[in-house]
Amino acid sequence: MNSNKSTTIPVISIQGQNCTGCVTSTLCSEYPSIKNVLLQDVVPGFKLDFVFHPNIMTASGNLAMEILEEAGRQKGFVLIVDGAIPTGSNGAFCVTGEKDGKRSTILDEVLELSKNAMLVIALGTCAAFGGIAAAKPNPTDAQGVGDIFLTHKIDTPLVNVPGCPPHPDWLFGTVEEVLKKGLENVELDDLKRPKTFYGKLIHENCPNRAYFDEGKFAKKLGDEGCLYELGCKGPVTYSDCPTRHWNSKANWVIGSGAPCSGCTGPDFPDFLGDFYEKIIDVDVPANERKVKVEE
Amino acid sequence: MKKVVIHPITRIEGHLKVEAMVENGIVKDANMSGTMFRGIEMMLRGRDPRDAVLITQRICGVCPEPHAAASVAAVDDYAGLTGSIPENGILLRNLILGTRSVCDHILHFYILCGLDFVDPAKVIDYTGDNKDLITLRQFLQNGYSKPFLPRDEMDYRFDDATTQVVVGHYIKAMEIYRKAQEAATLFGGKWPHDAAIVAGGVTEQPTADKMVEFIWRLEEIVDFVDNIYLPDVLAVARTYTDYLEMGKGCQKLLAYDAFRTKTNGSYDGSLFKGGLVTDIDKYSELDVSKITEDVAHSLFKESEPLYPGEGRTEPDPEKAGGYSWIKSPRYNGEVFEVGPLASVLSTYLGKKDPLFTELVDSSLSQLGGTVENMYSVAGRHLARALSAKIMAGQLLGWAQDVKIGEPTTVEYHPPEEGRGMGLTAAPRGALGHWLDVKDGRIYNYQVITPTAWNASPKDSKGQPGPYEQALIGLKVSDSQAPIEILRTIRSFDPCTACAVHLVTPRGDLLGKYKAVL
Repeated sequence: MNSNKSTTIPVISIQGQNCTGCVTSTLCSEYPSIKNVLLQDVVPGFKLDFVFHPNIMTASGNLAMEILEEAGRQKGFVLIVDGAIPTGSNGAFCVTGEKDGKRSTILDEVLELSKNAMLVIALGTCAAFGGIAAAKPNPTDAQGVGDIFLTHKIDTPLVNVPGCPPHPDWLFGTVEEVLKKGLENVELDDLKRPKTFYGKLIHENCPNRAYFDEGKFAKKLGDEGCLYELGCKGPVTYSDCPTRHWNSKANWVIGSGAPCSGCTGPDFPDFLGDFYEKIIDVDVPANERKVKVEE
Repeated sequence: MKKVVIHPITRIEGHLKVEAMVENGIVKDANMSGTMFRGIEMMLRGRDPRDAVLITQRICGVCPEPHAAASVAAVDDYAGLTGSIPENGILLRNLILGTRSVCDHILHFYILCGLDFVDPAKVIDYTGDNKDLITLRQFLQNGYSKPFLPRDEMDYRFDDATTQVVVGHYIKAMEIYRKAQEAATLFGGKWPHDAAIVAGGVTEQPTADKMVEFIWRLEEIVDFVDNIYLPDVLAVARTYTDYLEMGKGCQKLLAYDAFRTKTNGSYDGSLFKGGLVTDIDKYSELDVSKITEDVAHSLFKESEPLYPGEGRTEPDPEKAGGYSWIKSPRYNGEVFEVGPLASVLSTYLGKKDPLFTELVDSSLSQLGGTVENMYSVAGRHLARALSAKIMAGQLLGWAQDVKIGEPTTVEYHPPEEGRGMGLTAAPRGALGHWLDVKDGRIYNYQVITPTAWNASPKDSKGQPGPYEQALIGLKVSDSQAPIEILRTIRSFDPCTACAVHLVTPRGDLLGKYKAVL
């Protein structure tokens, strides 16, 4: 799929307090492969043009900063942010570049670039909700893009694609849905997550659900049974991991015998309790009573 | 004297800046700055020790698996489980760490460094039948060129035909990276940030079909490493010959043991042997209690060089004289470089393993070089490729040793108090995690990462860190972002999210901990 009549959509990708895991996850996209995404149409008729991406672009330093400035002056690009935005010390905890002796922070970049962006995608839980970067006690006052938008009254359309990391399909699937249906027709939940990917609880589709319903709970890691008592956050976590699986369907967290850590939610990594301890204040749809009986 | 500032340094992990003072085309001084800070140390305090295995993987999404390996070793050590991890648990951890480390090396050479040596725009004239290159040619013919262009001028040296072949490998590397991560995910649960590595072992219950899935993926990965990656690295070294001399660095190396291996029926050996290498080829044993950290030019309060267990970390973004969020780890007060170069040479010199001897000697003889040439930009790439080949070569044996249906974990019954240490070789070099537990919760947690060693700023004695030393004396082109500087820095495979000092050290000397991995 390579047509010279395709509509070109410029993409600017910037990084705050990240671990680059959102990028290494994205690199493992199966369909479209990363080759497809970089060189070909992501959806027939639409070509993403990676104008600025810190991990793949050739340019560094001044030239990279010029490319970013120039691209940000044009209207109509998609801005992808991964990593959180530290607001403490005027943003000094994440300096992203320097031009003519002037430092620029991720906070400056988000504020500047969101003006002309047609869509901002907060990629990963740090960019969406603060995530690991904002974990207690949040030493740098890290925030997600949505909170920055609220504080600075920015109303550029924002879609959250959380996950630690996000599944590559959640990113490219969101882009594809926007291109095929139009942004206004993409259904989002009240946390601005596309319902296509985050519409159901892991618990609803979990292959261990039958164990849960029967009350067969694994007592130690490696045992057969539902992992609820070993800390699984699947009952309160929205994502399609149980059906989509990870890395070209090679495996997924619960499939590998490990409890879900709830990484797509705004509560990650705090507020749901320790990773290997039963959820605090669980409110399991349709099974709340059963849980209480078990206790 | 002209000041050259490059920020951002792209095609690395994280946020890194270099300031170089250049006179008559020679770098006279250099300052490296890590420019992002999160404070993960503070976040770990008060948590369940087991949670550190998941949280510390988020230090770095390019190399989470060594953090999992070091962290879980520290938690096992604290919980007294090191000697009782089932064989399957040890093997599955080796398989996850080994496979993902191979991926990381491939990613580094092709995706991160490839564009420093080949120009994808040359493919516009391609006339062959490689599908990936035809796709790239069409992309270029349709007028697209980003993110490859624009770029600063650089001295690309391969002829057009070789360039096209290597660019084809650059595209193929993306596919191999994905497939190799899939292979490791069979055991780890997902990439990045494995879920299956837990205190006591690995939760994944391997089945025969999964082992076969792994082994067939492995075949393709080993083929790529042996027949494409290593030959391409040798081709770069032969074509960019001056880079076998450039970027020597401090020429003192430090490495930890990594990958538990079986000798005489018990898992107390290691594939990579830790130690120190000085005077080019002199091996000596390592004493971890001699590691100190210095904050003279780091953006943290206090300035005495301290044992990592004794200091305090209070961020001070505007500290006078401070220029980096990275601390300066030193061994016996001296600057040491870590990385595959250190792991490979430490094992080559300290263990005399024929596997290492043959590989190192034959590669050097192909290049007409000596061990001294390993201390260079091209030498670091070569050591990384050799390390990938060595790890990839072990994976099949480890996979075949896994016993289907046998236990993969032991139960975790943690003491209320205790300490643990986990050391390993991350793709970027020596990685250590130190854990201190009180009342069943993390009281203190400390990480010293490879890039902290390598990208460290100057210390209180004024000694520049390894990157800085590799830059000083470098002959550079007249450019706003001299490629010689970028090639040198990238040869270390910077990972700055890792490097930024992570913990508030508080406790005892490192030497009191027992090495477990």
